[in-house]
Amino acid sequence: MASYKATRIPSFPRLGEKVTQDTLYWRNYKTPVQIKEFGAVTKIDFSPLSPHNYAVTASTRIHIYGPYSQEPVKSFTRFKDTAYSGTFRSDGQLLVAGSEEALIRLFDVSGRVALREYTGHSKAVHFTDFSADRFHILSGSDDYTCRLWDIPSSAEVSRYSEHTDYVRCGTPSRLNPDVFITGSYDHTVKVFDSRKERSVMTMDHGQPVESVLLFPSEGLLVSAGGRYVKVWDMLKGGQVLVSLKNHHKTVTCLCMSSTGQRLLSGSLDRHVKVYSTTTYKVVHNFDYAASILSIALAPNDDSIIAGMTNGVLSVKHKKHPEDRKMVGGTSRHRPAYRVFVKGKNYMPKQDDFLVRKREKAHLKQYDKELKRFQVSKALDSVLKPHVRLKTPEVTVAVIQELNRRGTLKNALAGRDEKGLSILLSFLIRNVVDSRFAPILLTVAEMVLDIYMKVVGQSAVVDKQILKLQELVEKEIDYQQELMEVLGMMDTLFATMTAKKEAAALQSRAANGLVEVRGGQDQMVKAT
Amino acid sequence: QPEVRLKPATFGSKGIPLCIYCCIAAVCHRFLLCASGDAVHVYSTSTEERVHVLQGHVDLVTGLRLNSSNHLQVYSCSLDGTVKLWDFTDGILIKTYIVGHKIFSLYVSKFHEGTVFIILPMESSAFQLVALHLPKTTGPEVEARDILSVLRDVSPIPKATSFGRGGEFVASASGLQLSVYFFRKQKTYRFSLKANDKKGARNRFTCVASHPNDDCIATGHEDGKIRLWRNFSQKKEYTYSTEHWHHSAVNALHFTPEGTELLSGGVESVLVLWRYGAGSKKDFVPRLGSAIEHISVSPDGSLYCTSHKDNKIVVMKSSRDISAIIQGLVKGETIRTDLLIDPRTKALVCNGKPGHLQFFSLRHDKQLYNLDIVQQEYIHEAGLHQCEVTKAAIDAQGSWLATVEERQENPEELDIILKLWAYDESTQSFHLNTSISMAHEGQISAMCFSGDAEATMLVTTGRDGHFKAWLLADHPDGASWSCDYVGSYHRREPTRCCFSADGSLLAVGFGEVVTVWSPSTWELLVTFSQPPGDIRDLCFGRLSCSKYLLGTTTKNLLCCWNLLTCSLEWSSTVDVILLQPDPLSENMAAFSRASGSTDLFVFKPSEPRPLFSQKAVCSGTVRRAVFAPREEVLEGCDESTQWLSCSRLYFLTEHMVSPGLIICSPDSASLLQLVIDDSVAVTPFYLLLGKHRKSQRETQDSVSSHTAARIQLPQGSPAIRELLHTPAHVLPSASFLCNMFVNSLLISKSGEEMGSEEEEEAEEQESEGEMEASVSAQGPAVQGFQTEPTPQLSKAQERELRKLQKADFSWLSSLLDS
Repeated sequence: MASYKATRIPSFPRLGEKVTQDTLYWRNYKTPVQIKEFGAVTKIDFSPLSPHNYAVTASTRIHIYGPYSQEPVKSFTRFKDTAYSGTFRSDGQLLVAGSEEALIRLFDVSGRVALREYTGHSKAVHFTDFSADRFHILSGSDDYTCRLWDIPSSAEVSRYSEHTDYVRCGTPSRLNPDVFITGSYDHTVKVFDSRKERSVMTMDHGQPVESVLLFPSEGLLVSAGGRYVKVWDMLKGGQVLVSLKNHHKTVTCLCMSSTGQRLLSGSLDRHVKVYSTTTYKVVHNFDYAASILSIALAPNDDSIIAGMTNGVLSVKHKKHPEDRKMVGGTSRHRPAYRVFVKGKNYMPKQDDFLVRKREKAHLKQYDKELKRFQVSKALDSVLKPHVRLKTPEVTVAVIQELNRRGTLKNALAGRDEKGLSILLSFLIRNVVDSRFAPILLTVAEMVLDIYMKVVGQSAVVDKQILKLQELVEKEIDYQQELMEVLGMMDTLFATMTAKKEAAALQSRAANGLVEVRGGQDQMVKAT
Repeated sequence: QPEVRLKPATFGSKGIPLCIYCCIAAVCHRFLLCASGDAVHVYSTSTEERVHVLQGHVDLVTGLRLNSSNHLQVYSCSLDGTVKLWDFTDGILIKTYIVGHKIFSLYVSKFHEGTVFIILPMESSAFQLVALHLPKTTGPEVEARDILSVLRDVSPIPKATSFGRGGEFVASASGLQLSVYFFRKQKTYRFSLKANDKKGARNRFTCVASHPNDDCIATGHEDGKIRLWRNFSQKKEYTYSTEHWHHSAVNALHFTPEGTELLSGGVESVLVLWRYGAGSKKDFVPRLGSAIEHISVSPDGSLYCTSHKDNKIVVMKSSRDISAIIQGLVKGETIRTDLLIDPRTKALVCNGKPGHLQFFSLRHDKQLYNLDIVQQEYIHEAGLHQCEVTKAAIDAQGSWLATVEERQENPEELDIILKLWAYDESTQSFHLNTSISMAHEGQISAMCFSGDAEATMLVTTGRDGHFKAWLLADHPDGASWSCDYVGSYHRREPTRCCFSADGSLLAVGFGEVVTVWSPSTWELLVTFSQPPGDIRDLCFGRLSCSKYLLGTTTKNLLCCWNLLTCSLEWSSTVDVILLQPDPLSENMAAFSRASGSTDLFVFKPSEPRPLFSQKAVCSGTVRRAVFAPREEVLEGCDESTQWLSCSRLYFLTEHMVSPGLIICSPDSASLLQLVIDDSVAVTPFYLLLGKHRKSQRETQDSVSSHTAARIQLPQGSPAIRELLHTPAHVLPSASFLCNMFVNSLLISKSGEEMGSEEEEEAEEQESEGEMEASVSAQGPAVQGFQTEPTPQLSKAQERELRKLQKADFSWLSSLLDS
């Protein structure tokens, strides 16, 4: 037969971002470790060798950190002016860096002093990297040129001066040792082949280019500049595939996740956005405290490191499942498995008469009280602190149920000072919540009706009633203002649509309307 | 000529225990008997299956008692004035005793062999209990006239009389009086109670039960008290004790055969078992689902049986385990939803228990299941506003169900929840998918699904002046419904909506205007209007007639618009209250109201004459109707019943407790013709243009031309009034109309017209009488002309007018033609 139906707690659609696989993945990082550097962090590069140390270029130093250390493992401090673009070679043995002094320095990771210095640029070198064959160094400089250097002889191999403004970024091809790409403040991205004298491809980004990145397949190229991130199809001769405008300040750095499925972009607007490389939609968003200049992902996405203009390096490590086990494992001793299966795995024989225990429906406390028509107790049980503070919707649902039963007044009446003050504080907290307002206003009216006589006897209650009054008055003002705004918008929309409709009517007047009326004239006669 | 009359019959006579009128008086160990309509149903108590239907009575069966000398036989009595004796194990009628009066109740006493007690009406609307001696003559039909009056002024309700302690006495309660008649002493004692006392008790008797072997009578009262009367063989020294558990009237009381327990039941739907002689000790069988109406116990005391208000019989063992539930069509308080047919199960869907929808299989006369819509604990309390299911709709595939539930405590506080239920293949039931609270700001007046199989769309119209379209939207965590479009039309209130069969057009009735929308682009395609009179029902034609849109208005008009030419195909003055299309054919059923009864027409939209019509198909107003497909097409129907060959028509009247079922049987009756009126609607345009058009036609239409010729009264005339009352959107812009109209009036005099004036006057007087007769066929607008008092005009003015009459308005039609 029909059993007691538990009170339905309405669920309200949660506003804001939806929880997707991506949010779960990108949220699975620990709280960030903050490391203070001496100046703005312009470049972070991971060593390809395990344990994947990373080089952080900031001010006049390059620090190398271990994956979990907060102190630098090694520092290169021999720069007289700001260092730029400290980058590891693909074997992890050498490190190259440009600097404000127009010099390029090559370091041995285990040594201290520069192995080589490459002179030739006339202005600051912002971009240095190794070519795929490991024997050459690429560089881009503020003297509008980019050059190719031979590592052992420190001789300039070739020089390209096609850019008409500072060359601030670039990337070598990992597949072809001769090809490299540079981005410049003259809004262009150029592809060079060291076997050719001139650039082989030029793409116009439209904004000063801050960063370029090649996809692992090298069929696609990403460039960032201004507020835009653009993806170019190299195989189609540099056609723009998609243009993303998700930041509201200049995008400064780009980075690819280890699988190549997600693209990250950091910007001066203090956000890092994660894009899916299949749909080019933003799937996640990180907030930082300051404008971001550089970002890097460790292999396997084990950590996210962002460098900011205020010199802070934020390091987020991924949570590992074994970490959690360590925490919870020792805390409590659970009963053994056999305790739970005891007697449950017995198979009844053919002639056995099975006696089942009646399944007991578990009701919440308020439902138990409602079932017994104990209305005041039901209301008391949902006004307990952990219910009314954590899940106000449960409290409101029970109030609604009481109202439906016509016993809300009985439940509200007969409370002492403490009970009344709890009720009033719940009202003050929730009465302006649009989900609860209709019913809670009724409750407030009832409370005032019931306890009108005792006003003035308790200072606490009087204070709360005044607060409630103030709150409701304020809310009425807000609502009025909103209605006014709505009215203004309505007039705006009305003037817009009136023009459109008039145009539509004119075009239709000739056929539609006349058709209807003409039709009425031709009404068929039925004999 | 051979004519066909449909015989509307209640469900009960078709064998559905729709109305368990009286009592399940007879329960034997294996069988349960219940009276329903004019038949007695025999059910197996273990399998819930119906074993036999004892048919033979021609009116409501009112009483049913096991034969005390033979437990395989049962007596039944009916309002048709007969008592019948049946063998219910084989379902055979043994004997019929003809009494000749309406019998309201029947009792059998073990100690009065050869006699049954029946309640008959007396002359002055009172009732008496009489002993009927059953003659021993052989033969299937016997006249029984040997009647002996036992008690006068008894209640006709079977529960209010009881035989006690081996038939020594009979106790009967009526109003505030309990009468006890002792057979041996042949003496009647009467005990009265006051109607009220200071504590607000309501002492009116509701039911009586007598202890089988003790001198004790239990009576139930309106305020829920049970009194146990003792020592009632004296006039003065009688005593009674009072027990009180029920909060409202005790509906049924019954002692177990051994007399150890007293069973009582009421609206609380709890069976209370009082231990006899143990004070107020009692047991409960709670949550039986609905108010208990009757209680019955098998002669061996092993089975208890309760019949409930929602047309249900519950059989339980004396150990209080429920062994069987026999459920008929639930009669809700009011059926507010449309009658629907579930496309999957072909079950009838409508309101059932409070807050539920019932799925009732018409084929098997069985309730399939109840769907809990409201999902709240039902609290029965007088004056409490319940949440009611007011609208329901199922899409064409049966995979979505939409319901609207409503609760209105006061005019300001209205709770409306629109719920959408998805059909789950694995559980074979509907599951809640989306719940939208306050889908509209006002009540939802109509709701329908589109017939489109790919993209199901739901349209609701609300009293807030909007109609909303709801679409299934995909979400990562399951698909749910959301609002796709909100439409309105000149701030009018939409009343009806309807999708065409393929889902490509949506018609929404706003007051007197029908708007047709394209659901793909939400563009307003056309509007139709047939003023005056608001749209009452709308419906698209099906199959070959899908180019027609039918509408009925409150001003007795049934209109059929052609959607291809955007014109009125035909119209007819019938006060149609309900249109119901047959989903399997082009046919359409229309119910029209006529002086206390309802007429039925069946027609095809393509031709304006009925295929079938019947006057007074039932009394009262028909509220809902539905075509239910037959399992197999009926062969060999004659022409007038052809429309029933593949479906049945079910309908529900206003105050009928049970839905009627139409079955066809040849019967002589007068056929009612649908009156087709051949006039066109008289709109201002007609008034302006009609004359010009008419002149091009044959002159046979003289009546119409005269009406057209009479309409140039300049002010206060119906024409002007008509112009003002026509919806503005049907007219072109006022400046356009006015300017041209006024210009056309400025035609200079011409001499020849003056000469013919007198002739015309005579002609007009002649035609006056002719017009009188023809006006009735002209439709409502024309009728207005007759009632309007003609304004008094001077001779000069008349002459002026007559000249205007001659004026040629063809310019306007030529203008429109261009």
